[in-house]
Amino acid sequence: MNNDLILLGHGSGGRLSHQLLDELIIPALSGIAPSGQDDAALLPPPAGQLAYTTDSFVVDPIFFPGGTIGSLAVHGTVNDLAMMGAQPLYLSVGLIIEEGFSRADLKTVLDDMRQAADKAQVRIVTGDTKVVPRGKADKIFITTAGIGSVGHDIAIHGANARPGDKIIINGTVGDHGIAVMAGREGLNVGTDIRSDSAALNSLVAAIIAEAGGLLHVLRDPTRGGIATTIKEIAQQSEVGITLHEEQIPVNQAVRGVCSILGLDPLFVANEGKLLAFVAPEAAERVVAAMKQHPLGIQAAIIGEVVDGEPGRVRMETSVGGTRAVEMLAGEQLPRIC
Amino acid sequence: MAGNGDGKAIVRKRFLISGIVQGVGFRPFVFRSACELGLTGWVRNIPAGVEIEVQGTVETLDTFQRALVHDLPPLAAVTSSFAEDIPPVPERGFTILPSGDGAKNIQVAPDSAICDDCLRELFDPADRRYRYPFITCTNCGPRYSIITAIPYDRPRTTMAGFPLCPDCRREYDDPADRRFHAQPIACPACGPQLRLLDCAANAIAERNDALAQAIELLHAGKILAVKGIGGYHLAVDACNPEAVKRLRERKKRDEKPFAVMAADLVTARGLVVLDDQEERLLTGPESPIVIARKTPDCPVAPLVAPANGWLGLMLPYAPVHHLLMRDHFAALVMTSGNVSDEPVAFEDSDALRRLNGIADFFLVHNRPIHVRSDDSVLRLFQGKPLFYRRARGYAPRAVRLPFTAPPLLAVGAELKGAVCLTQGDQAFLSQHIGDLQNSSTADSFRHTIRHLAGILEIAPQLVACDLHPDYISSLHAAESGLPLTRVQHHHAHMAACMAENGLEGEVIGIIFDGTGFGADGTIWGGEFLVGGYEGFQRAGNFLPVPLAGGDTAVREPWRMALAWLYRSLGERAFNLDHPVARHLDDTQKGIFAAMLERGINAPLTSSCGRLFDAAAALLNVRQTVSYDGQAAIELEALAETAEAAGTYSFGITGNERLVIDFTPLFQDLLADTAAGTEAAAMAYRFHATVAKAAVETAVRIAGKTGLDRIVLSGGVFQNRLLSEMVYTGLLDQGLQIFTHRLVPPNDGGIALGQAAIAGWQRRR
Ligand SMILES: [Fe+3]
Ligand SMILES: [Mg+2]
Ligand SMILES: [Zn+2]
Ligand SMILES: [Zn+2]
Repeated sequence: MNNDLILLGHGSGGRLSHQLLDELIIPALSGIAPSGQDDAALLPPPAGQLAYTTDSFVVDPIFFPGGTIGSLAVHGTVNDLAMMGAQPLYLSVGLIIEEGFSRADLKTVLDDMRQAADKAQVRIVTGDTKVVPRGKADKIFITTAGIGSVGHDIAIHGANARPGDKIIINGTVGDHGIAVMAGREGLNVGTDIRSDSAALNSLVAAIIAEAGGLLHVLRDPTRGGIATTIKEIAQQSEVGITLHEEQIPVNQAVRGVCSILGLDPLFVANEGKLLAFVAPEAAERVVAAMKQHPLGIQAAIIGEVVDGEPGRVRMETSVGGTRAVEMLAGEQLPRIC
Repeated sequence: MAGNGDGKAIVRKRFLISGIVQGVGFRPFVFRSACELGLTGWVRNIPAGVEIEVQGTVETLDTFQRALVHDLPPLAAVTSSFAEDIPPVPERGFTILPSGDGAKNIQVAPDSAICDDCLRELFDPADRRYRYPFITCTNCGPRYSIITAIPYDRPRTTMAGFPLCPDCRREYDDPADRRFHAQPIACPACGPQLRLLDCAANAIAERNDALAQAIELLHAGKILAVKGIGGYHLAVDACNPEAVKRLRERKKRDEKPFAVMAADLVTARGLVVLDDQEERLLTGPESPIVIARKTPDCPVAPLVAPANGWLGLMLPYAPVHHLLMRDHFAALVMTSGNVSDEPVAFEDSDALRRLNGIADFFLVHNRPIHVRSDDSVLRLFQGKPLFYRRARGYAPRAVRLPFTAPPLLAVGAELKGAVCLTQGDQAFLSQHIGDLQNSSTADSFRHTIRHLAGILEIAPQLVACDLHPDYISSLHAAESGLPLTRVQHHHAHMAACMAENGLEGEVIGIIFDGTGFGADGTIWGGEFLVGGYEGFQRAGNFLPVPLAGGDTAVREPWRMALAWLYRSLGERAFNLDHPVARHLDDTQKGIFAAMLERGINAPLTSSCGRLFDAAAALLNVRQTVSYDGQAAIELEALAETAEAAGTYSFGITGNERLVIDFTPLFQDLLADTAAGTEAAAMAYRFHATVAKAAVETAVRIAGKTGLDRIVLSGGVFQNRLLSEMVYTGLLDQGLQIFTHRLVPPNDGGIALGQAAIAGWQRRR
């Protein structure tokens, strides 16, 4: 037997499973109770409302500049909670491992998860592991679910954008998508492009502290990029939105790679960005507060909510035109005939 | 039964006439004809058109009926007429009756250039409309651009705010007057007026003084925004190189040619070489921009149309144009009043805002424009008009379908947006709308649909759109809630050409285009289709190569050249000491190679337009473009200067579906480049090779299918050299060729094809 690899038997529920849990998984994610003790974690009920979310992570490659599938699985779920104004508390972890995956890589992934959780101040309290035959999964898939608590006075949601609101982003767009694509395709893009994967809950806390009830919407622009997210909010809130292309921060190296790839960074994924819709009177203060936080140094106002046709997003381009922003059906397809 | 004693029987007939017959002087024409012939009866407008009852001798009635066909007023267009004999009745005289009711079949007239009668009056010091810029009559003037609703009468035009003065009222009410019921008529006492504004919107002169100062400013090289019929123009003296240069800089339009307005036909002949047909088009009521070859000593500044032996030229069509130009300027640049890709400005406040920073002064007036409409652009092909842009003067004229369709809406494509609404066998194609990715153009697109449906009283029961999931037009169609037909882009191109030529059954379509979403998820554009409205087979196509970077590849032709060279040279292509590769650093080369190798944002395309781009880049005509089609246009211009013959190699493979492989062509081009062959000769041979491949492929498909009707469509057929070569090549093979004459071969004609295909499925 090869001790360096994960085998089908490690998912059998039998002795090998217990071994894997006790030797590797539980020590790595030390919030989880030792194996075989109980079927569920018992947790004290938090104050306020419960926020509860889940997400699955299948990123390829699992290691990329700026993170791993492990940290991503923590950040993704923590951020989904944070975008509701919730304080994230507990996570569950489901692992689906492909037969033949290396123990060393598994340990790296789990260590990264643990670090990310510690940094975000959430506890991983329960989990599950399955091993599937070769080819039935790609290395490792992770599902996390998260619980957080939301104060009763907080009403942050996607239908809450109002005409006049300023739209603030905490930094450059497109980094994660390009870093992952470069990793997957083996593109040599230099060392300046790293995923922005990060837990945004402490930044959110800083924003809420500054803006209070003047913060109307928060959302993390992940897949589909900021274009898709902003269109979503325009539709959900039934408002018009105007964006200013020149105000949208893009890392120079990302811009260069996007230009050779022919991709629009507005449609490229982020994992450590948030869009905050804030009443105009609080916007400058919020930007200033964000700039004090390590994840908000490049915070900028990139647009505003306008009166006008519900659901329409327009972008004033750097060449002086105004472009319609719509969600794409899939990937960016050529449209010029 | 009545009789007149000398044996000539009296008969009575009833006519129902549909088409563009209202607001074009049709009833006064009928009235005059009847009175001249001594006929009795009446005429009236009804919702379906015009109804006439007329009574007299058989002989005079025959004469009358001939006049109804041959002597129509200039803006009238009859699409159907019905006649029946009815019993004579005792009556006296001929009258124009008030409008009646009934089923609706209204058609709106396009905007028309000033007629000769009005032009004469405009410069007649004795006339009460002497130098009045809003002179018009039943035979001329704005229509489509000022109609706000139907039925067409003055309160439902943008002339609503100008009540007729007693003099105008008298003309309006007199059936013998050529201004009888001409809705937009006005005079200096009651109508709109000119004003000259500075760029801060301060009025600095009015009426004739505004005009006089505008002329002085143009003489001084200033840029004027001039409000016309369908929107604003930016005007400068075309013979003043400094002024033209300034306009280019301010408009952020580096290279795209400007259109020129010549003072009159005689002057025009000094600028471009014109044949009879071109002169007829220039001077017709549609008054389009005609693209014609510059004369050797063409006096306009070279910057008007750089790197181009051709010039887009029009004649004055609004009275204000005549007033500005006559005795003052041989030629004015009259380019659409917009910034780069924005739609042309047509609302006054919007124009002042958007053209601020470009125009020094604004020559405006207070007759609102309700519908934006650019100038139409065309050239001659085989003696017939070939549209580049179909708008003012032509829209919303109907194309007759060879079948009857349910009322439907076709939304067109994306970059050259235009929509089509059908009613019976009439397909109403809107004016060119523009690039729908631009938000204001997208607004204009939605407005045009609402407006056109309103004035034509069409309630669409279904909607047709492109297969491309992300076109703004496709999204709009999907949101409409109507049953949706998605039409493959090149199938629509083919159907558009079939429909305007009245073709049914199966044909071979040679569709040479930029890019369009294919039925197999790849990007098509060099296509040989077999089929009809009902469906199609892809009988042949250009060998697909990666479109590395998607739309970026369209703006950067070097990408296509490298994609082709990579096929023969592999990675060595990136190290060629050639402008297609020299600008890339090692990181970029690595990424680009991966894109080609692994298809990263590099969908496969069989595009013909991109093939031209590749050749243009390889011949170093263009590595990047600043406007749509620029590389191909300049490649063609280069080829036209060659005295060359011959072709390069290519392969045709496949059996069920023929695949034309141009890899050998690029090897030949590379060898010729290395050998120092003159670029013009290479450009010419490239055109000849594509044409030869097209003809050979079509002939093989004709042989296999037994079909002999070929339709040519797609934006590449704007290329005159290639079109001529393909046309004559097919003709030599004894095939029948059908080309576009009524709608553009580019995406401006797509909506018509979509309408024909969707309509055919539910034809009646
Ligand atoms: Fe097309
Ligand atoms: Mg999620
Ligand atoms: Zn007239
Ligand atoms: Zn008057």
